[in-house]
Amino acid sequence: MLHDDLLPRDTAVNLIGEDGSVIADERYPLPDTDVLLRAYRGLVEGRRINDQAGALVRQGRLAVYPSSHGQEACQVGASMVLGDTDWLFPTYRDSVAVIARGVDPADALVLLKGDWHSGYDVRAHRVAPQTTPLATQLLHAVGFAQAAKHRGEDTVVVALCGDGATSEGDFHEAMNFAAVFHVPVVFFVQNNEFAISVPLSRQTAAPSLAHKAIGYGMPGQRVDGNDVAAVLAVLGDAVAHARSGGGPSLIEAHTYRMQAHTNADDDTRYRERAEVQAWAARDPLLRLRAHLRDAGVLDDDTEAQFAAGAEKIAEAMRAALNTDTDLDPEDLFRFVTQTRSPQLEEQWALLRGEIERASATDPSLTSPTPTGGHR
Amino acid sequence: MTIAHDDIRTVSPAEPEVTTMSMAAALNRALADAIESDPDVVVFGEDVGALGGVFRITDGLTARFGEDRCFDTPLAESGIVGTAVGMAMNGMRPVVEMQFDAFALPAFEQVVSHVAKLGNRTRGGMRMPLVIRIPFGGGIGGVEHHCDSSEAYYAHTPGLTVVSPSTPQDAYSLLRAAIAFPDPVIFLEPKKLYWTKGEVDTSVVAEIGTARIAREGRDVTLLAYGAAVPLALEAAETAATEGRSVQVVDVRSLSPFDDATVTGAVRSTGRAVVIAEAPGYASVASEIQARVFERCFEYLAAPVRRVTGFDVPFAPPKLEHWYLPDVDRVLDAIDSLHWDEDA
Repeated sequence: MLHDDLLPRDTAVNLIGEDGSVIADERYPLPDTDVLLRAYRGLVEGRRINDQAGALVRQGRLAVYPSSHGQEACQVGASMVLGDTDWLFPTYRDSVAVIARGVDPADALVLLKGDWHSGYDVRAHRVAPQTTPLATQLLHAVGFAQAAKHRGEDTVVVALCGDGATSEGDFHEAMNFAAVFHVPVVFFVQNNEFAISVPLSRQTAAPSLAHKAIGYGMPGQRVDGNDVAAVLAVLGDAVAHARSGGGPSLIEAHTYRMQAHTNADDDTRYRERAEVQAWAARDPLLRLRAHLRDAGVLDDDTEAQFAAGAEKIAEAMRAALNTDTDLDPEDLFRFVTQTRSPQLEEQWALLRGEIERASATDPSLTSPTPTGGHR
Repeated sequence: MTIAHDDIRTVSPAEPEVTTMSMAAALNRALADAIESDPDVVVFGEDVGALGGVFRITDGLTARFGEDRCFDTPLAESGIVGTAVGMAMNGMRPVVEMQFDAFALPAFEQVVSHVAKLGNRTRGGMRMPLVIRIPFGGGIGGVEHHCDSSEAYYAHTPGLTVVSPSTPQDAYSLLRAAIAFPDPVIFLEPKKLYWTKGEVDTSVVAEIGTARIAREGRDVTLLAYGAAVPLALEAAETAATEGRSVQVVDVRSLSPFDDATVTGAVRSTGRAVVIAEAPGYASVASEIQARVFERCFEYLAAPVRRVTGFDVPFAPPKLEHWYLPDVDRVLDAIDSLHWDEDA
């Protein structure tokens, strides 16, 4: 009885079944058809981006790529629920969400390509830098939303993390701060069942990750993460709740990482192929496709058009990532602080000398003079 | 890349006003003046509201400026620093208090991985104009975890600016400068000096990154920061009665380091002793010693010596007087500097 409204459901919210049929839900209405069609295009593009990035890793063009194959509904959904003034706080596995938010794929992949740690204009896209340490960005999201609330700005922050991150201390501190200060944040956990090789059962003994919410005094909800309609409905509801001053909430998406953690991981060591195959039947693309086909709003022409659009993105990714960027070594010193210390000036002078000597013997080496475009 | 928020600011000095006050009062005044002059400044931490902080540095700020500008947080250091990072990302200027130095350690990941690196990771797209105030050092009879000196961890981290005042004047001016600074500042407050009094002129503007000649002298240079500065001055006073003219430099900015002032000072005397409370191994004192050796070798009449804490966990209260550098230890170090006239 106590705080029943904060408890998640016993089973994840699901609006479109595995066969594409609609499941009526009294609380979460099915999103409009045009929204679902847009989501489908996002899924097709997301899948293509994942596949292309995987290929670029195999070609040695990306150092590493944490695939979100199978999780595209979460990624696309997280981006689609955001308004123009809202912010996304993503992790390293959320490149598809970042790209869905309008960031150029080549810029989003700079981190994984090895050119720089973050490659996009965070303010232009309202996307915080992708974070590698787990759960730390959740606190940044809370502080960011707290500042927005302080100024009376209409900003909702959606913060992403995985199931492994929920074991970190910063996850707890972020939930607690958000609830105590009642800030407009939605925590969206993509529970893909594994933290590299360690299963969910070793992360938590809670009935679900969403159940953790009640301990902080915020609502929690579980959603089928392979059902983009449900993700849009539940996440959209949480964003609206936050925007209207209702405070934070915690959404857990049940999904599955179809590929290894990264190319450096061998997932045959920790999970059975039968389990992976079982999840293939619940693929977010196939499910939405079946629904839109049955509803008569997705025809061959539209499918071809979406596929061509996705192919164009992949083509641009290949072109961008097959080009070696002209890196400026002075960038090592340029952004450390806004005022460059005498110590860094000395060190840059040392490196500049080394570069000049090296270029004298091999003129093909990077020019030591800045290539322009910097402050 | 554009920077949407104006994160380069200058300190607007308060009306010229010269008052004698304690370092604690000077810090309190600096926070109040910063909150008043910049709407983006917010102060938060543990017990900083109604109580005014365990050292009363934030005394009266909530009452005067409201919960919007100075507030208590849940008891969670990573949460305090992590949310400050998010606020700074969104254009605010958070000033957070870590209650005691060792209590700041749960926030260390946020400090090292994000506070120090976000400007660099985003190629200047996001800056971290935040200040982390940490009471540091011993000499107050505090129990374990209340008296550590963690400056080396911070000074070792690229991207962090680390400063420490030793006078009420610097406490005021340096904190104002730190809050106006566009990069993250670790502001180390020597807790032993919180109650020492001195003149504070609120119109004095400090420049981060500069050392200060605290006393002129011809024979030997003592290099110190924080609570070691008054110790150095006391040792200099005693040495003067023994006929030695001792110069004292307050290093003040641990990172970046003012090589020019320090090098000039040591070259002018040809002898130097570095004094700091922290364990000496791999310390800021070691770094200063190394830099002086590199830059002043041909001017030196003797090896540069260090007087530091021992390489042991900070002493329990009843033993701390044996741990802390004192005047005798400094004078012994000075005496060891190859004084030819003694030969």
